[in-house]
Amino acid sequence: MEAPNRQSRNITRARVFVISFVVLIVLLPKLVIAQVGLASDSSPVNSSWWIILAVFVVLIGIGYFIFTSQKNKAVAMEREKWRINKESLQAEIDKLSETNKVIQDQLIQQEKLASLGQLTAGIAHEIKNPLNFVNNFSELSIEYVDEISESVEKLNQNGATEDIKLLLGDVKGNLTKILQHGSRADGIVRSMLMHSRGGKGIKEPTDLNELIKEYVNLAFHGMRANKNPINVDIKVQLEEGLPKVMLNPEDFSRVILNLCKNAFDAMRDKAEILGKDFLPTLSVNTKNLDDSVMVVVEDNGPGVANDIKDKLLMPFFTTKKGTEGTGLGLSITHDIVKDHEGVLEIDSVVGEYTRFIILIPKTQ
Amino acid sequence: MKILIVDDEKDVEMLFRQKFRKETKSGNLELIFAFSGAEALSILGESDPPSVVYVFSDINMPGMTGLELLDQVKKRFPQISVSMISAYGDSDNYNKAIKSGAKEFFTKPIDFESLRNEIQDLMKV
Repeated sequence: MEAPNRQSRNITRARVFVISFVVLIVLLPKLVIAQVGLASDSSPVNSSWWIILAVFVVLIGIGYFIFTSQKNKAVAMEREKWRINKESLQAEIDKLSETNKVIQDQLIQQEKLASLGQLTAGIAHEIKNPLNFVNNFSELSIEYVDEISESVEKLNQNGATEDIKLLLGDVKGNLTKILQHGSRADGIVRSMLMHSRGGKGIKEPTDLNELIKEYVNLAFHGMRANKNPINVDIKVQLEEGLPKVMLNPEDFSRVILNLCKNAFDAMRDKAEILGKDFLPTLSVNTKNLDDSVMVVVEDNGPGVANDIKDKLLMPFFTTKKGTEGTGLGLSITHDIVKDHEGVLEIDSVVGEYTRFIILIPKTQ
Repeated sequence: MKILIVDDEKDVEMLFRQKFRKETKSGNLELIFAFSGAEALSILGESDPPSVVYVFSDINMPGMTGLELLDQVKKRFPQISVSMISAYGDSDNYNKAIKSGAKEFFTKPIDFESLRNEIQDLMKV
């Protein structure tokens, strides 16, 4: 659109020059004749008119030239303004489409996780079927071994019965191990299911220490099994004799998982900068207070600056790059703690540690 | 007292027979097994009125699911109690089963202590 305009403007300018030039060429001989005439004193009035007319035409030409160049300058300035405007708009569009892309990536990630969750749920349920047999048959066999042992007692005791008793002891020990580990696998499957959608979401008296032990372990192994695993020293110090607390175990396990995952991510960032000199440490403690129980999850990661601290619990706020964080982990954590009439506090020193403190009242 | 256990996994018979050995030995309890929903319905239809008083059924079975079997039994033999035994103990299945008239909902791995209590309660009545 611009190019033809400029071109036509150049053409008109050229035309004005050509016309003035032609006029001059045409008039020049007359002028010369006039000068000669003046000298020869033929027609003085006539020739001075010609001079005035020529100067007039030249002046108009110059005036027009100045006028158009001024106008062009103004147009160019206007155009520059438009260009800058357009560039900033383009930058805005680029930024928005970048954000859009990040959100789309996040959605895809969420979708993948959701389908993974469904898959996990399916697998987890199916694992319960063989576990049913493993656990119950081993339980039965333990009873049988006991019964056999009693019968052996009634036999005439000799070297052979002694051997049988020893072997039965071993068999019983093995069966106990099978039952113990089958129950352990059942526990893992149950916690996997809680996270897909299994549980019924009811608050029940819960052994918080057991829950923490299980889920800190699960979070750690989850992190190790995922991409970019880091070495972490895990210190779990749980106060003995902690009373059972009314908790929704499904929700509260998510709190522990989220806080651990955040700690691992933060410490990974610091480990990438500091390298081998840094030993990531996660410590999780429980404490029995007068009217509440306290859970402290602390990492020695990069810490949280004061101006960010207030935003941490806001939905969709994340310090993680690109699609790594949804900005929902801590906000969900906070909601769950509030749902238990508890308090979530953040204490941190940049470069030193981040400490999440949860207080859950004993009576809700 | 006759109870019917429905599960597509055959090992269930071995497990239940051993777990309820004492009760079946004393003659108070008779266990019969069906390995599909259709087989269960034909067993229940063999005598009129049916000799079975309680059905324990798995949910996830090929062909007729446990929940479909539950509906059928409740329609045709409303006097028979039905409880579900499933690895799928999620609230969805649970609610569906209870809504369709299931008496109890047991999850796998089966806690035979609670199952025994349930059966003993029934034997007292």
